[in-house]
Amino acid sequence: MTFPILSVIIFSPIVGALILLLMPAERKTEIRVVALMTATFALILSFWVYLNYDQVAAGYQFIEKYAWMPQLGISLHLGVDGISTPLLLLTGVVMFTGVIISWGIDDRPREFFAFLFLLASGVFGVFVALDLFMLFFFYEIAVFPMYLLIAIWGWVKTREYAAMKLTLYLFIGSVVALIGALAMYFNSGFETFNMLVLETANFSPEFQKIWFLPVFLGFAVLGGIWPFHNWSPDGHVAAPTAVSMFHAGVLMKLGAFAALRVGIMLLPEGAKFWAPLILMLATVNVVYGAFIAMIQKDLKYMIGFSSVSHMGLVMLGFATLTKAGMTGAGVQMFSHGVMTALFFAATGMVYDRAHTRQIPELGGMMKPLPWVGVTFIIGGLVSMGMPGFSGFVAEFPIFMGVWQVKPWVAILAVISIVITAAYIMLAIRRTFFGEMPKELEGHITPISAMDKVALGLLSGLMIALGVFPSIMVPMVETGIENVLRLLGGA
Amino acid sequence: MFNSSMILAILPEILLLLLGLLILILDIVLKGKDGRNLGWVAAGGLLFILVLNVFLAKPTMPTDVFGGMIRYDMLGYVFKMLFIFGAMLTSLFMMDSEKLGNRGESYILLLVATIGMNLMASATDLIMLYLAIETTSIPMYILAGFMRDDKKSTEAGLKYLLFGAMASTVMLYGFSLIFGFTGTTALGAISGFSLPLALGVIVLILVGIAFKISLAPFHFWAPDVYEGAPTPITGFLSTASKAAGFAVLMRLFIGLFPPASAYAPSWTLIMAVLATITMTVGNVVALSQSNIKRMLAYSSIAHAGYALVGVVSLSELGVGSVTFYLIAYVLTNLAAFGIIAAFSKVTGSEKISDFAGMSRRNSGLALAMLVAFLSLTGMPPFGGFVAKVFVFAAAVKADMVWLAIVGILNSIVGLYYYLTVLKVVYLHRMEGENEEAHPIPLSRPYAIALSVLSAGILLIGIIFGPWFNIASSAAAGLF
Repeated sequence: MTFPILSVIIFSPIVGALILLLMPAERKTEIRVVALMTATFALILSFWVYLNYDQVAAGYQFIEKYAWMPQLGISLHLGVDGISTPLLLLTGVVMFTGVIISWGIDDRPREFFAFLFLLASGVFGVFVALDLFMLFFFYEIAVFPMYLLIAIWGWVKTREYAAMKLTLYLFIGSVVALIGALAMYFNSGFETFNMLVLETANFSPEFQKIWFLPVFLGFAVLGGIWPFHNWSPDGHVAAPTAVSMFHAGVLMKLGAFAALRVGIMLLPEGAKFWAPLILMLATVNVVYGAFIAMIQKDLKYMIGFSSVSHMGLVMLGFATLTKAGMTGAGVQMFSHGVMTALFFAATGMVYDRAHTRQIPELGGMMKPLPWVGVTFIIGGLVSMGMPGFSGFVAEFPIFMGVWQVKPWVAILAVISIVITAAYIMLAIRRTFFGEMPKELEGHITPISAMDKVALGLLSGLMIALGVFPSIMVPMVETGIENVLRLLGGA
Repeated sequence: MFNSSMILAILPEILLLLLGLLILILDIVLKGKDGRNLGWVAAGGLLFILVLNVFLAKPTMPTDVFGGMIRYDMLGYVFKMLFIFGAMLTSLFMMDSEKLGNRGESYILLLVATIGMNLMASATDLIMLYLAIETTSIPMYILAGFMRDDKKSTEAGLKYLLFGAMASTVMLYGFSLIFGFTGTTALGAISGFSLPLALGVIVLILVGIAFKISLAPFHFWAPDVYEGAPTPITGFLSTASKAAGFAVLMRLFIGLFPPASAYAPSWTLIMAVLATITMTVGNVVALSQSNIKRMLAYSSIAHAGYALVGVVSLSELGVGSVTFYLIAYVLTNLAAFGIIAAFSKVTGSEKISDFAGMSRRNSGLALAMLVAFLSLTGMPPFGGFVAKVFVFAAAVKADMVWLAIVGILNSIVGLYYYLTVLKVVYLHRMEGENEEAHPIPLSRPYAIALSVLSAGILLIGIIFGPWFNIASSAAAGLF
């Protein structure tokens, strides 16, 4: 029996949350330290998994399987492949940096970290679940704490509205997908929720055509697919910094990942049939998201819509059903996760000092906040897909894949890069350069050393991946090859 | 002849009766002083009965006893244990309820009602069944109207009595038709209806049961009674009493009109329609409630609708999932009403808006509320999630995807109003007051009962395998 590392990764945040809830509420410093320890532990473990994933052997690794409810074929069946391993690392990173960034939260930090860790557990669980039932179980766990985190600690103006909207959207999406999953369960005749077995079910093409859309779109709601993306910018804006990071950085990947794992991998014929539609929707995401981002005045709304646009690229990559496109999408999930986390962290630091996020009211932040400025620019370069940064490594293959399928869609989608470059550069110039408004002078205090650790870690990852794509791309490819095998070697 | 299985079959009821007598005697001995402690006696006694029966009275083979009056099988057993468990926690909640907790009668009435429910779950003869239903109902009428000086409570009692009497008369008429046409009242021996007759009987009996489990459009009594009755009693009424109705529903309908028979399609259709109406009416009306007890009343109507989805699918999985659903639901709703009882005892209010700042006034109570309400919503890792998934799974399996979709749309509506309450609890502040200055103290019975329930909700939600095994073994006897 080897060390059950995946279940330790899933359950360590829960244990952390329980410890936190048992601590007296007024010991705030100790609470933060315990939270940081928990997050560090999870980060180390997920990094360990990443380093020890055997790319040559590929397939699912670190497999654990415990019978949970044998009579219905439910088991706690965990394992990671080339697609989920980077996402596991991403979650570890965002969790760690999120805790660091939230150091200053003063209103009930105990509950804040406890809910955040519950959320993290759910996210870890979805990424490693190989059992359909468990996937849903963790998925719902990941969705709910979001409501409280946004509603309680969010931005006063919109938090109640945004939290409710987000929860309703995601809940609707997930239960629609759930019906599809139940249909698969009964139709397969295997009486099991084991996804590795369900992959071999050979559902009839009619069945797949009917159920692919509810399942894929149900999950893709969380991935922010157009026209169900509406919850996401509102949610990003209303959420406190760490939650925005989690939300855009990890949670949206959850939707895309589950759409891939359950939608495309279990219903490949359906995926082939509906791929053109998904391609269209994703293209709208990419282009429309970028345009809307351009006209935003609020920095957080801008990043929120840019997330919609970038997540569209992920969906676009999936919908190509080609090796290049899907590999790009896999890498994009990681790259975008880190990038958005960085953006939200930086924006949060600016907001905490300037008390405004309106781009026209900001300016000259580079001088007092050089770390924030530089890392924001790095994030911007990633966002534009500059070579040498992770964004390029991810987006280039996606466009290659799209070109193979529908060249004119690729041309259309590439427009988004230009627009992205435009709004990112505008935002950088207005926020970090130029004259600082009079009323802000003297209020901009330097960021703490811990904030620098978070920013440094996030931007370092993006550069590392940009310079050495080989640290991740081949791993994702092994996962994608498995998907292509299910799609019939297309 | 007399044998041991006859004793075991009614062991819980014998013990309940003895416990009732014990409380009666103690009440006389104590002369009305220290009446509250009778609650400990009742709860302790019920715990003892529960444990004893779990170890002793588990049936192995289904047997008909007492001349076919009752059947000694897993279905009855599982429900009996559930009722006893519910009564145990209810008596804890009753202890600190004004005018209820220090009166011996209230505990005795509770025990008698529990005996009636136990018999409901195991009766296999129409006459026995009718008597069991009345044994349950009459004490509940009294308990609902127990607070004589309170207008609402009196109204609740009277309303419940009138509606209840009406419904059971209609049901009795249905029974008499069965007897008239087939010449027997024993469930197993009834057979050979013509289809029109069967339909008539189905409708008449359904009225009686639908009243018990508050299916729309027979739900009108529920909000008023739930609101007016003392809160712990409401909790019991909405959980154990409802579960008993479901036990009867499943035994009666699947026994009389088995899945293979020609009648099955018509009654499943009727029930599918009822389930749809019930879920929708319950959830939609709950949206606009400002009194939390009324809101939970409508929510419990909606939950009866969800559970009915499992019955409609008419399979072993379906009945098993209904049983599981009811187990989870009993725990959850008891907790919800217990929390409200604890809250309104201190604040004297049942308005949702008065729950503002509750998380700062008592964080433990707020956490329990979070657990209960999320379980009602159907969120993991709480019992309600698994229960809902199983029920919907049964519907999908029976090719009733549309019913599952209706259920899902309804859970979304449910999510909205449950979250609204949680929002008030966690987010809103008391106006112009410092919450720390207004704590909500929890007396020991509340603390014990709520901890047990919260832990139970989590336990069922995470380690659901064994519980589902129990539920499906209950279902197996019917097929």
